[in-house]
Amino acid sequence: MTLIEMSTVGKRYGNIVALHDISLRVNAGEITCVLGDNGAGKSTLIKIMSGLHQHDSGEMLVDGEPTRFGSPRAALDRGIATVYQDLAVVALMPVWRNFFLGSELRKGPFKVLDIDTMRATTRDELARMGINLRDVEQPIGQLSGGERQCVAIARAIHFGARVLILDEPTAALGVKQSGVVLKYVAAARDAGLGVVFITHNPHHAYLVGDHFILLNRGRMRLDRKRAEISLDDLTREMAGGDELTALTHELQRT
Amino acid sequence: MTHRLLARPELGSLVGAIAIFVFFLVIADPFRQTSAMATVLYVSSTIGIMAVPVALLMIGGEFDLSAGVNVTASSLFAAMLSYQLSLNVWVGVLVSLVFALGIGFLNGFLVMTTKIPSFLVTLGTFLMLQGANIAITKQVSGQVATDNISDMDGFSSARRVFASSFEVGGVSIRVTVLWWLLFVVIGTWILLRTRFGNWIFAVGGNVDSARAVGVPVRQTKIALFMGVGLCAWFMGMHRLFAFNTVQSGEGVGNEFIYIIAAVIGGCLLTGGYGSAIGAAFGALIFGMTNQGIVYAGWEADWFKFFLGIMLLFATVLNMWVRRLAVRR
Repeated sequence: MTLIEMSTVGKRYGNIVALHDISLRVNAGEITCVLGDNGAGKSTLIKIMSGLHQHDSGEMLVDGEPTRFGSPRAALDRGIATVYQDLAVVALMPVWRNFFLGSELRKGPFKVLDIDTMRATTRDELARMGINLRDVEQPIGQLSGGERQCVAIARAIHFGARVLILDEPTAALGVKQSGVVLKYVAAARDAGLGVVFITHNPHHAYLVGDHFILLNRGRMRLDRKRAEISLDDLTREMAGGDELTALTHELQRT
Repeated sequence: MTHRLLARPELGSLVGAIAIFVFFLVIADPFRQTSAMATVLYVSSTIGIMAVPVALLMIGGEFDLSAGVNVTASSLFAAMLSYQLSLNVWVGVLVSLVFALGIGFLNGFLVMTTKIPSFLVTLGTFLMLQGANIAITKQVSGQVATDNISDMDGFSSARRVFASSFEVGGVSIRVTVLWWLLFVVIGTWILLRTRFGNWIFAVGGNVDSARAVGVPVRQTKIALFMGVGLCAWFMGMHRLFAFNTVQSGEGVGNEFIYIIAAVIGGCLLTGGYGSAIGAAFGALIFGMTNQGIVYAGWEADWFKFFLGIMLLFATVLNMWVRRLAVRR
């Protein structure tokens, strides 16, 4: 089932073309990896999908309808949740307040926060993903980077996300922590979500990806299913492909 | 458990308040009288009522330097409107509420729309109000203070609300002390028990994260500025009905006292952390020192000096307590 479909989407910031002719599909139960170097247009692409920016040419279909999100809230309401690498959480706030931020549970005539339910739900949801916290009252900044990403992913799944956009979730993490996060990415896919996994690490992408899209200076350079490409080819393309071959020749010692 | 306790933002200010209380109790005889306590509470309440919304605003990541002169502006507005048009003073009181909320809205709107730091935006409105307060008062009443409104309709009932006193065990307590307590309770309730409170911490702690998960950042911050406007109006009404007339140059410098009370109370200058109760302790420290120096028979000019020491001391103490809380 296709959740998001982009056809010939483009975006300019003034004279600068950030994205040109991007076409892709995000299917339920699949991980679509978007790879690319810095400045390739990965961030612009997810900003369009998550409602922070709007595209100015082409079409984006969500559940088959042409859509243009006015705000992140609008995207969230359609089940599209984004977990950003560096701004997934508010560090000084307790774990449970972070978990429910923007979707707080309230009760009674005065609409006070239903703190007990939120604490218990946070604990349960995290336990289900294998994170056992001693105290959901501790500031989330005390957790490790990997755990913070996992809390953000668990939060998105709990609030009924159908599409999960992950912006470089492993970029700042060590090997072991990256592994933990990748497990949750796979778990989200198995739960039937459509996952968009943004990364510049082809090894991480190939571990979990079903579909690979490589961006270069705002254009699509490669669009392959898993069966159509090997890790070596993906790594080579990512590193620069033909340019790299040329460079190799040029630098070859005689 | 001790950990949870250490993590409370107001802990440092509570310890500080107790230390200062004991200090003046020991060195200043008159400080021990209950009437002196009542005076301390009154002085503290005049700062404390404003320190609550200022603390909330700081937790939300913004400053309001116009808070002090906004108190004067709203009382001038109410006094002149009622006097010049010979209205029941309650009309002036209510219209000036709209005025004070409008100033708060303008501050918030300008900060959110121009993206200029609130320090600069409210420095601008501070200067504008400071000038307009005096200029308009001179124009309207021909002097730097407003005309006495104590014989006007509605004055006595308004005075009962904003500036009366009541007896407890033979000691006269100003009503603002009760209002102060009420504002602290409401501020604490908003921060810890409402969705809006969650949003305040979020927009101050990490505005981009807050926006990404759907928190209405703009509305939250504008509401916080309007909260400062609301309390500025309340304090303005207190001054008006306590003194019957308003000096148009008053209020300048108080904005820093409010901010100092909030910082002593554990509010982070960078936002995202703090409490309304802490700000109340900060105001109490201000009140105790302000009066304690007089009761101890010292030169009153030393007050600002001690306030500065306490600000530095409290900041270091809070930093240390917070580090202790985060380390596990």
